[in-house]
Amino acid sequence: MLHQIKDFASGFFVTGDPLIYGADASIVLVAAAIVFTLTYFKKWRWLWREWLTSVDHKKIGIMYILAAFLMMFRGGVDALLMRAQLAMPDYQLLKPDHYNEIFTTHGVIMILFMAMPFMFGLFNVIVPLQIGARDVAYPFLNALSFWLFFAGAMLFNLSFVIGGSPDAGWLAYPPYSELMYNPGVGQDFYIWGIQISGIGSLMTGINFIVTILKMRAPGMKLMKMPLFPWSVLSSCIAIIFSFPILTATLALLFLDRYADAHFFTLDGGGNPMMYINLIWMWGHPEVYIIVLPAFGIFSEIVSTFSRKKLFGYHSMVYAMMIISVLSFLVWAHHFFTMGSGADVNAFFALSTMLIAIPTGVKVFNWLFTMFRGRITVKTPMLWTIGFIPCFIVGGLTGVLLSVAPADFQFHNSYFLIAHFHQVIIGGVVFGYFAGLYYWWPKMFGFHLSERIGKWAFWFWNIGFYVCFMPQYVLGLMGMTRRVVSYSWDKGWWPLNFVSTIGAVLMGIAFLFQAWQIFNGIKHFRARRDTTGDPWNGRTLEWSIPSPAPHYNFAVLPEVGMLDDWWEKKQRGEHQRSAFIAEEKLEPIHMPKNSGIPIVMAGCWFLAGFGFVFHWLWLTIPGLAGVAFCMLAHSFHYDTDYYIPVQEIKETEAALWKGTIS
Amino acid sequence: MEGDDFMNSSSLKAEQMHHPGSGHGHPDPEEMRTFGFWIYLMTDIMIFGTFFATYIVLRHNTDGGPGPADLFDLNGAIVSTFLLLTSSYTCGIAVLALNKGKKRALIGWLALTAALGAIFIGLEINEFCHMVHEGATMSRSAFLSAFYTLVGTHGLHVTVGLVWMIALMAQLSAKGITPVTKRKVNVISLFWHFLDVVWIFVFTVVYLMGVK
Repeated sequence: MLHQIKDFASGFFVTGDPLIYGADASIVLVAAAIVFTLTYFKKWRWLWREWLTSVDHKKIGIMYILAAFLMMFRGGVDALLMRAQLAMPDYQLLKPDHYNEIFTTHGVIMILFMAMPFMFGLFNVIVPLQIGARDVAYPFLNALSFWLFFAGAMLFNLSFVIGGSPDAGWLAYPPYSELMYNPGVGQDFYIWGIQISGIGSLMTGINFIVTILKMRAPGMKLMKMPLFPWSVLSSCIAIIFSFPILTATLALLFLDRYADAHFFTLDGGGNPMMYINLIWMWGHPEVYIIVLPAFGIFSEIVSTFSRKKLFGYHSMVYAMMIISVLSFLVWAHHFFTMGSGADVNAFFALSTMLIAIPTGVKVFNWLFTMFRGRITVKTPMLWTIGFIPCFIVGGLTGVLLSVAPADFQFHNSYFLIAHFHQVIIGGVVFGYFAGLYYWWPKMFGFHLSERIGKWAFWFWNIGFYVCFMPQYVLGLMGMTRRVVSYSWDKGWWPLNFVSTIGAVLMGIAFLFQAWQIFNGIKHFRARRDTTGDPWNGRTLEWSIPSPAPHYNFAVLPEVGMLDDWWEKKQRGEHQRSAFIAEEKLEPIHMPKNSGIPIVMAGCWFLAGFGFVFHWLWLTIPGLAGVAFCMLAHSFHYDTDYYIPVQEIKETEAALWKGTIS
Repeated sequence: MEGDDFMNSSSLKAEQMHHPGSGHGHPDPEEMRTFGFWIYLMTDIMIFGTFFATYIVLRHNTDGGPGPADLFDLNGAIVSTFLLLTSSYTCGIAVLALNKGKKRALIGWLALTAALGAIFIGLEINEFCHMVHEGATMSRSAFLSAFYTLVGTHGLHVTVGLVWMIALMAQLSAKGITPVTKRKVNVISLFWHFLDVVWIFVFTVVYLMGVK
């Protein structure tokens, strides 16, 4: 009996690596600390009522961003481990197998479990406030999306201590990801982690399209809408057309592994290149999905901190929509080396180069917005200014990569690695940081330290160039991606060593950000934002108190033009909600909290775990639980309530206290 | 804390107020849900599109095993097609009954729709069992993997639609025709017609082009 348990545990848990044992211990300690703290301060009930069952878009947004930061920590540690391994030739910090796992999880986590939730967090917090809505179109579905993302992320991260991590790269190319070559459970964790969170992403895409198209405040025509919601709309359009392809493709890979099918196997008539085509039909739109909202954020910030209307609003809107469409026509540039022939490669090379045009339009629009503006350089603006040169260099190396014949040289080299990190860190991450710093006072009602923020910015920015500029050169010198080690005679070590220093600088930058947040929480009383409009903003979210009340707008705003709040301030017609006459208030219709989303996501987690280990006894109850939750929701009719006028009055009075007296 | 307060203090319940959502500058929530369902259908088209593309790419990769012409019985597929098309017709009549406010007729036509759908699923399971019996399993070749996945995904959708339809009939008999149940019937009829359209493509691409 004891022997059997030992046997099972040695296969079930990941063993034999001191790094993993350290992680095991820290996971247990952190979990125990969380449980103890919640119990000691009697916060379980509060947690359940206020957060875990909440359908409030602002709280869901904050939970997304919190999860994204945790994932950024995990993905960042992966990155530092890789850079440590590559700092010197013939170094043996990580075994090759472990290295494979780390570059795989780094990629998956950073794109799917860091960038995506960070983006959805900003969507959630800001979009309804900017368009003058009281919530998203489907608040219940929104909560479900979050919890599915969370269940998927946890399932994926579990592979690190239970069963073993995936090691076939962030897109799990077959045939290596097939059962024949990869018999462990790592790839199954990969499939189900992404599959479950992917359903959530898809539903978020639908939710925000409907929210933006149907829930805008009276008078806000589409062309009077701020640019961030426009960018969200273009991103969500790409989501609804690309994420189903991901779902279908991973389902096929799963059938190969689970049901012995032959879609992508080398035998039985399967075709691995079919997978690579399909996955990039999702994968390429995906990178635009995450970068378009960053463009929206920069547009808002540039305009606010230059005290000017955005230059070329219409061209900005068209540029984003064109990018969203073109993103579906470039997938094969990820594998020009497939051998599809000169004509196919020429098509994809040209369509890739075309994307540079709308992107260039956007860069010029930002520059012209700043031109002759009264620029104030606060942290959000600092990130925006840092982004522009970084993204231009990243974009230009992208154009170099799009030249199909040259790509045969660059393909899978460090030149490529440097390119996509430059557009993703310089574009996406800088963009989301800019957005987080910009909207932080609105989300939490207090300011963060500008001084620490500037340290974080410079460490990130300098660290970025120190880390990735050498990698372009390394790529041209012949260093390919995913190598675990290299010998002294290659001559690569000086540049690799410099690159590692850059990675450490970015790690320090992350610590500065963590410090900045702790410091802000510590001094939050002194740093309260009592104005609701700390940056002298232009859009509707700045017309309400910080943080926004749960119903957002006591009375829905009437919108007359673009940058309505700014224009009203210029004319002296702006009115804060504290001054709204009582007769104008009406009871507000709100959705009720629900425990179904978190329970249903938990059932998905169990079903996914059962699929990973081929445990039908767990899969079947898990799926049954999912079905039961759906039916329970369908039969549940008591889903909304009204906030009475008296309560709105009291809430507004409390929120504006200290500002207006 | 905040949550508790406003939940207890709200004396007004949504159901007591007529027509939630109207007059607040936001569109009718039921209309919005129907709109969202249209978008969901677009995502489902992408899923089927991916499976169709996979099938078309892999359908000649039989790996020496049986091909479409050896396996498919066109008569069976025609019967299935007529069953599903008829169920779409009865589903349409159900929606007409809904619009006239005839609850019993509505439930009756929905039940007939579900029954036709159930026979369709029964025939499909029967066909699959036959094929497996002849050794044409999913693991035999890439063509068969793609066939079972494409046709099976459609079948799975129909099955989910059946469960959903039964749940909806229960709600209709309990609550009657309200704005909420009305939207639900409209949405499931969209789903049902959508599956019919997908089936027409399955019938053409898989069966007609297969035996040709």
